Amino acid sequence: MCFGIFGLLPQRWSKGGDMSQPQIKFYQTGTFSVGNRLLKEEDRTVQSRMDRTNSLNSGHRACQGCGEALGARYAVDAAMRASGNRLVAVNATGCLEVFSTPYPESSWRIPWIHSLFGNAPAVATGVAAALRAKGKTEIKVLAQGGDGGTVDIGFGCLSGMFERNDDVLYICYDNQAYMNTGVQRSGSTPPTARTATTQAVGVNPGNRFGSGKNLPKIAMAHGIPYVATASVADLHDLEKKVTKAMKMCGTRYIHIFVPCPLGWAHDPALTIQVARLAGESGLFPLFEAEDGKVTDCTPIRRKVPVEEYLKLQGRFKHLFGDSPNREAIAAIQTMADENIRTYGLLE
Amino acid sequence: MKGGLMLQVRIHGRGGQGVVTAAEILSIAAFKDGKWGQAFPSFGSERMGAPVMAFCRIDQKPIRLREPVIEPDVVIVQDPSLLHQVDLFSGLREKGYVLINSTRSLSEMGIGELGSRVPENHICVVHATDIALKHLSRPVPNAVLLGGLAAMIGVVSLSSVQKGILEKFPGVVGEANARAAEEAFSEVKNTFNPVSFSGRR
Amino acid sequence: MLTQIEGSQAVAAAVSLCCPEVISCYPITPQTHIVETLSARVKKGELGNCQFINAESEFGALSILIGASAMGARTYTATASQGLLFMAEAVYNASGLGLPIVMTIGNRAIGAPINIWNDHSDSMSMRDAGWIQLYAADNQEAVDLHILAFRLAEELSCPVMVCMDGFILTHAYEAVHLPSKEQVNSFLPSYDPVQVLDPDDPVSIGAMVGPEAFAEVRYLSHYKQIQALDLIPRLAEEFRQWFGRPSGELVSPYRLTDADTVVLGLGSVNGTLQECVDDLREEGMAVGSLKVGSYRPFPSVPLRSALQNVQHVIVVEKDLSLGKGGIVSGDVKMALRGLPMTVHTVIAGLGGRSITKASMKKVIEEARADRLTEPYFLDLNWHLINRELARQKETRRSGPIAENVLRDIRSVASKVV
Repeated sequence: MCFGIFGLLPQRWSKGGDMSQPQIKFYQTGTFSVGNRLLKEEDRTVQSRMDRTNSLNSGHRACQGCGEALGARYAVDAAMRASGNRLVAVNATGCLEVFSTPYPESSWRIPWIHSLFGNAPAVATGVAAALRAKGKTEIKVLAQGGDGGTVDIGFGCLSGMFERNDDVLYICYDNQAYMNTGVQRSGSTPPTARTATTQAVGVNPGNRFGSGKNLPKIAMAHGIPYVATASVADLHDLEKKVTKAMKMCGTRYIHIFVPCPLGWAHDPALTIQVARLAGESGLFPLFEAEDGKVTDCTPIRRKVPVEEYLKLQGRFKHLFGDSPNREAIAAIQTMADENIRTYGLLE
Repeated sequence: MKGGLMLQVRIHGRGGQGVVTAAEILSIAAFKDGKWGQAFPSFGSERMGAPVMAFCRIDQKPIRLREPVIEPDVVIVQDPSLLHQVDLFSGLREKGYVLINSTRSLSEMGIGELGSRVPENHICVVHATDIALKHLSRPVPNAVLLGGLAAMIGVVSLSSVQKGILEKFPGVVGEANARAAEEAFSEVKNTFNPVSFSGRR
Repeated sequence: MLTQIEGSQAVAAAVSLCCPEVISCYPITPQTHIVETLSARVKKGELGNCQFINAESEFGALSILIGASAMGARTYTATASQGLLFMAEAVYNASGLGLPIVMTIGNRAIGAPINIWNDHSDSMSMRDAGWIQLYAADNQEAVDLHILAFRLAEELSCPVMVCMDGFILTHAYEAVHLPSKEQVNSFLPSYDPVQVLDPDDPVSIGAMVGPEAFAEVRYLSHYKQIQALDLIPRLAEEFRQWFGRPSGELVSPYRLTDADTVVLGLGSVNGTLQECVDDLREEGMAVGSLKVGSYRPFPSVPLRSALQNVQHVIVVEKDLSLGKGGIVSGDVKMALRGLPMTVHTVIAGLGGRSITKASMKKVIEEARADRLTEPYFLDLNWHLINRELARQKETRRSGPIAENVLRDIRSVASKVV
């Protein structure tokens, strides 16, 4: 299933009156966005340029269709461009770190350090402090980690960094479980999702309702200068947000939705589609916030019921079949509708 | 046993009364007098009002010993309400000295028998809290008592005690404490007939 | 300049003289005075552009320094006890990555039971993590070892912990020579990193290493410590030339000539041990003491050389390997293997219990007469122990051991009945 390149679709523009965002008439498909050829030079994505840094170079060992590899390349290239190629990256332990640095190779073309699982925010704080001490604040600091390293084990350090407003852009690549270690549940795993530690068995198969953390909201509650959510399904939006964040000082946080074909058990060719459906159903809202208050959001072009998103993924398979779990699906739909209401995604 | 002067002082009081500071000032005073001083606290809980002890050793050569003062030559009691709660005079040496902050006599305090443990003229009672209130408007007798100590045993000079006080409390507070210490010094010198500490043999 | 000063303050002064660029802090007794003083100095502008960061935990504090050090900054922090354990993962990470971080350990016991007083269980827990461990016997050494530590760490690209006994040294006022800025500058050049994050010359630091190369990488870390065995004495000699006093020697003998018995220890206990030696010598005993200044790397060769003709070696240690006995004594025994002397283990000072001259003198005499149990627990209250053992034998639900023992010594109120 794929979307047509030309669609009879309403024009799309961002809600917050950001007039610098070009009005794009077509959906994007794949990495090389069709819309780029029809845009002015300066409105094209970083990814479409020949001189992009390709910070995460080819040769890494990510799975076919890995959303995180895609998201990292998008985000880091945008960050490199925005900082004039003066960037240092700090990476938590996880898929991204493991598949990008298989001894004896590294696919990073930028200065990069991996320390531990739970300390990427703190290490980034230290890098930023050293740069300040040396008067080299034109060099920018990017910290990145998966949902496990951000939402769970790195949470203490993350909150400390938020609270101090250290000059770091932190990007979380959220594939909603501990993928590198074999798909175990994290504080970001959605309800009903099957993981190795929330298996699809028993009375309440999959991850239970009533657990989990909303990190973008927690980041906003710390009152940091900039919080945004982004998705590999919307390259322009993602790059815009990274670029905007890179121009700001203090702690900035971007939470990027990155499907995992292996862990979510979906067709690797459908990574971007799955991400788009998460957005269009309302389950993963795209928005921006500054100093703790929502300032803008990306509206839903064509609302879809959550089933369209869920049924592409094996981790939700137990909700369907001969006796579908209508109650659970309805509850998930309620969550999506709540997001649409909260962020005004259909206005 | 080698000769020489090694004085061991133990100060008793309650948390918040500056017992540790007193020991520190005493060690600074010894230093100013060209001697070696070692001061350290005995930590119990640090909450206000709990009994605390601090120690100070003074010698004419570097001090290497690191144990608490078990056999003090001098016991300073900043708070007499400790008298029958804690064994303040435990280990007090035969020719040891006692300096107590109080307005009452030894027998009124219920420690009349102290005079049989150490020579009578080795015991001084100074109303340090009153002196402190007079000069500092606060009932903090720690630095005041050190002035009395200087008069009692002559191991540290008053001027060094005052220098120590000013180092710890620069400015108006220190100066007031230094004056209060001097008053205690004079009182001890005049009221008692202290015999100077001449060192162990 | 000779000053009468608190140990923590002296260390803060020494660290300031070394011009750290990033200091992180998480408070824990008994190191707080050090970081508090440094924070004030930074705020007052005394440390130039140095960045002082209040971390959210010790794990955060050391992680911050990992990032800063990788970025080429000179870094410092302090911790103790529980805090050191909380940052344990980062401790191994820092040495594995070869980052020259300097950290003060205000030696304090590790719980449970919770205890804020001095012993060496904390630094002992990290003895195999790849950090160099130096122990200060007094506050002068505490000052000098920090200056030495930065030089040593940066030359080897290896982190260094300077251990000083909590309360006994950190909170003790004594006379200390504080060096001048010029003296420190001549001994300690600015930090020139072996590896650094640099946009103009990008590298990846912290890659995964599999079975094909891990052992070699690990050996190279070990080799750094072997090199330190050589470097430390050379730097100690250079230090002596600049500052006029020895500091950082691997081992320091005291009255070892013709000694048949040597008592050995780490840290402040050495002061008391030297007093014991003097007293016993006066009584005609041929006793000496050996201060071990560097515990990692372990100075096997100079130790063996100093002790080879001795009949009794008494290792006094403020730690206990539960289920085994001595830790340092094991290292000493290994270094002395093949030699005929008896090595005695004396476990003393746990949780801040004082090591008294009187008790130590008795122990030395007992050891010389071969009447010491192995290991020997100095001043242990066997009565209390036996009471608790009897209690446990009598009833299954005997309750928390700590509360029971404290009630026996009347530290807590009697039970509410």
